[in-house]
Amino acid sequence: MKEFKELISQNIRKFGMIIALVGIVLIFQILTSGILLTPLNITNIIMQNSYIIILAIGMVLVIITGEIDLSVGSVAAFIGAIAGTLMIRWNMPVIPSIIISLLVGALIGAWQGYWVAYVRVPAFIVTLAGMLLFRGLTMVVLSGRTLAPFPREFRFMSSSYMPDFFNGETYNITAIIIGILAIVLFVFNEFRLRKARKKFHQKGLSGPLFLTKVIVISVIIALFTERLAVYAGIPYILLILIALIAGYTFFMQKTIPGRHVYAVGGNEKAAQLSGVKSRKIKFWVYVNMGVLAALAGLIFAGRLNAATPQAGNLFELDAIAAAVIGGASLTGGIGTAIGAVIGALIMGVLNNGMSLLGVGIDWQQAIKGLVLLGAVTFDIINKKRNA
Amino acid sequence: MMKEGEGTKPLLFFKKGVLTLNNIILEMKSITKEFPGVKALDNVNFKVEKGEIHSLVGENGAGKSTLMKILSGVHPYGTYRGDILFEGENCMFQEINQSEAKGIVIIHQELALIPELSVAENVFLGNERAKKGIINWEETTIETDKLINKVGMRVNSSELVQHIGVGQQQLVEIAKALSKQVKLLILDEPTAALNEAESENLLQLLQEFKKNGLTSILISHKLKEVIKVSDHVTVLRDGQTIETLTKGEDLEEDRIIRSMVGRSLSNLYPSRQPKIGDVLLEVKDWTVDHPQIPGKKIANKINFYVKKGEVLGLAGLMGAGRTELMMSIFGQSYGKFQSGKVMKDGKEINVSTVDKAIENGLAYVSENRKEYGLVLDDTIRENVTLANLKEVADGLTINQRKEVSVVEDYREKLRIKAPSIEQKVINLSGGNQQKVVLGKWMFTDPDVLILDEPTRGIDVGAKNEIYKIINRLAESGKSIIVISSELPELLGTCDRIYTLNNGKITADFAVDDANQEKLMTYMTDDRSEAK
Ligand SMILES: Nc1ncnc2c1ncn2[C@@H]1O[C@H](COP(=O)(O)OP(=O)(O)OP(=O)(O)O)[C@@H](O)[C@H]1O
Ligand SMILES: [Mg+2]
Repeated sequence: MKEFKELISQNIRKFGMIIALVGIVLIFQILTSGILLTPLNITNIIMQNSYIIILAIGMVLVIITGEIDLSVGSVAAFIGAIAGTLMIRWNMPVIPSIIISLLVGALIGAWQGYWVAYVRVPAFIVTLAGMLLFRGLTMVVLSGRTLAPFPREFRFMSSSYMPDFFNGETYNITAIIIGILAIVLFVFNEFRLRKARKKFHQKGLSGPLFLTKVIVISVIIALFTERLAVYAGIPYILLILIALIAGYTFFMQKTIPGRHVYAVGGNEKAAQLSGVKSRKIKFWVYVNMGVLAALAGLIFAGRLNAATPQAGNLFELDAIAAAVIGGASLTGGIGTAIGAVIGALIMGVLNNGMSLLGVGIDWQQAIKGLVLLGAVTFDIINKKRNA
Repeated sequence: MMKEGEGTKPLLFFKKGVLTLNNIILEMKSITKEFPGVKALDNVNFKVEKGEIHSLVGENGAGKSTLMKILSGVHPYGTYRGDILFEGENCMFQEINQSEAKGIVIIHQELALIPELSVAENVFLGNERAKKGIINWEETTIETDKLINKVGMRVNSSELVQHIGVGQQQLVEIAKALSKQVKLLILDEPTAALNEAESENLLQLLQEFKKNGLTSILISHKLKEVIKVSDHVTVLRDGQTIETLTKGEDLEEDRIIRSMVGRSLSNLYPSRQPKIGDVLLEVKDWTVDHPQIPGKKIANKINFYVKKGEVLGLAGLMGAGRTELMMSIFGQSYGKFQSGKVMKDGKEINVSTVDKAIENGLAYVSENRKEYGLVLDDTIRENVTLANLKEVADGLTINQRKEVSVVEDYREKLRIKAPSIEQKVINLSGGNQQKVVLGKWMFTDPDVLILDEPTRGIDVGAKNEIYKIINRLAESGKSIIVISSELPELLGTCDRIYTLNNGKITADFAVDDANQEKLMTYMTDDRSEAK
């Protein structure tokens, strides 16, 4: 018990987010008399928030380096417009269009990264300019009109499900199998990590607590899979998200450039004097953000089945809020991909739950604002107490 | 211990002084403080008499700063166990303002001034001379000038703090304390960053204040100065009070060291048989301009060399350009490069960026560990490997097993005191942070190790360890360059010493020909060319 308490107090940053997410889910589950966790709605939450989650992953990297990107919403819209022009106006095939769109995203990231990293114009200004610039260009490209519809294959990525190879009846068997595989992988990985930790004489959880953790998370994965399997199965977008989360977590924790990202944000001068090329790191973090913003723009356009001038409005704020709720520090050096994802889910469940309850857009905005303030305050108070 | 009559004298200077029992102004009783995984203080008892200078000494991480942070309310009541009696009153400070209201003022180990504000603005920061919320600048200036005089500063009150030297900045902190009606002044390693003249000046000031009845608590690793000014010295070890020594009775350096480290230290500067080889690094006609002021030379046609297995010292006053010279060589990290070349083993090498310098076997341990040395929010592990991640990685992927074993190794070698290598360095004591920086650069396995004030804020035991490490590295054929403001340290560790003044090398001494006076002469001499 004592260990449990200590664990909570030491990891409240990590646990706080998860507890908040679970709490919000439970509250809305009760308020909506069970609609929140219906198979259809769970699937919806994932699909509706996929692009914010993708942006949040890119944003957390930007924030860890101590910078900010206000332009991602406009960039997403601009890429939607480009994709629309390529596929709808010029009838270009889907795959080359996607590749070109992502490349344009990378170029935009390089453009902004250049000003921030090499010319040292404050990121706030560069990306504020970018926000106006790319919103304006979106309207120019679309001539103020909406382009629709996209080819069917393009929408595949954002709104289709993995087919059931086994023709299950109530359940999508493919989904179930993938869920089981995920659990096995997760459990295997946890035990492997634990063994490694033991070997390095690092402190980990005690036996029972470790088991509890593994079981709880496995059960959550199982329930989640069950919900998806009852509805239409696993959306392709979920696979993309999982790949991104796993990839970025690995990158940030286990690779040299990942470590450098944290060092640059934590203390740029010290990092530079240790031979870290801080400008190059910042530059590439913006390029990465550009590509992810492009991906988010494509997925959004696919879901909407249209390229519109208004796409991506306020996405930047949702992405920043998600990263910060997820524990990233705006002064740099601190944050995780998984945290940003959880932050995005918290915002997503809030949106979805309030919509289900019929709360108007006006109140939704206000409440989200308060949640953001509350989350960050909680974090700061908590930091002080541990000091 | 203290004789009856002695302690009462200062009372005369206290017009409103309340007479308390035994002249004890402060008593801290059974203080215990725990951080996650560390018991920083364990039942510490600490008594200070009115009007004395009481020093607090102990190894890095012994708990000195923590004890003082508790006293001043930085760690609020409730986060520790035990009682604080100040002027006979039980104190439960929730924050710094409350302790300041009682006249307890602390000057922290790291200065807390705002570089972009003027001296006057800094002195009255948070304590502004104002009427109805509108600042009275005239009064502010007049009051500041008075305080500046009192502490013997030579700068204008409108000067920005970033433009004055560290020594003067320290005095600004003291002026700030004096502006607050201070009764008990706590100074946490005030002289660590000062040269000898500046330290001397500051200590004299303390003694003057003492005549006026001010009580001071001084934390310092410079035992000579501690012995010179203190009436009592309390020794902490591993979070426990070991003993309190009294001037004129049992206050001696050996005794302090023995109770600090638990054994006696026969020779602070360990001896070494110099095995000096060929010239390894040679710098030729090195000229660098000031980063902002074009034409102002911070290094002016500097020529020097260091041989294999040699420990080279760089002596100079604050502002002589020692740090700037070395940083300009280490990847041109300071100033605007004008001309000159760096040769290693007779071949010119490229040191135009930090990573090229590192690649060519250079390492530079900064004097300013917080700003240039450490990523404070990261762990010991992440900091130690930062400059040489390649060594613990397979390709681009970091190999955790290798990383942990390397860092554990350095933790042991350098005796870094921390619950684990996963501790964030921001939570380490000052001296242990210094060891982490040192570990980071040792891990790059350099051929030329440049140490800029390597023992600043480090306890005697650890100093001795660091000198031993320097010796070991030199014996293995590496070249070491030491910058230090403590001349005895240079004389004790180096084989050869250059003096530097105004961006020029003024002399080159073999250590046997040098002494403090000679070095001092050349450190202050403008005209003389290299002899
Ligand atoms: N905020 C903190 N969180 C965790 N541990 C801490 C924190 N502050 C201090 N410590 C630990 O408490 C112990 C005492 O630290 P303290 O700073 O008081 O040492 P010190 O005697 O002032 O050393 P130095 O001479 O190096 O300044 C150290 O082991 C340090 O790592
Ligand atoms: Mg200290």
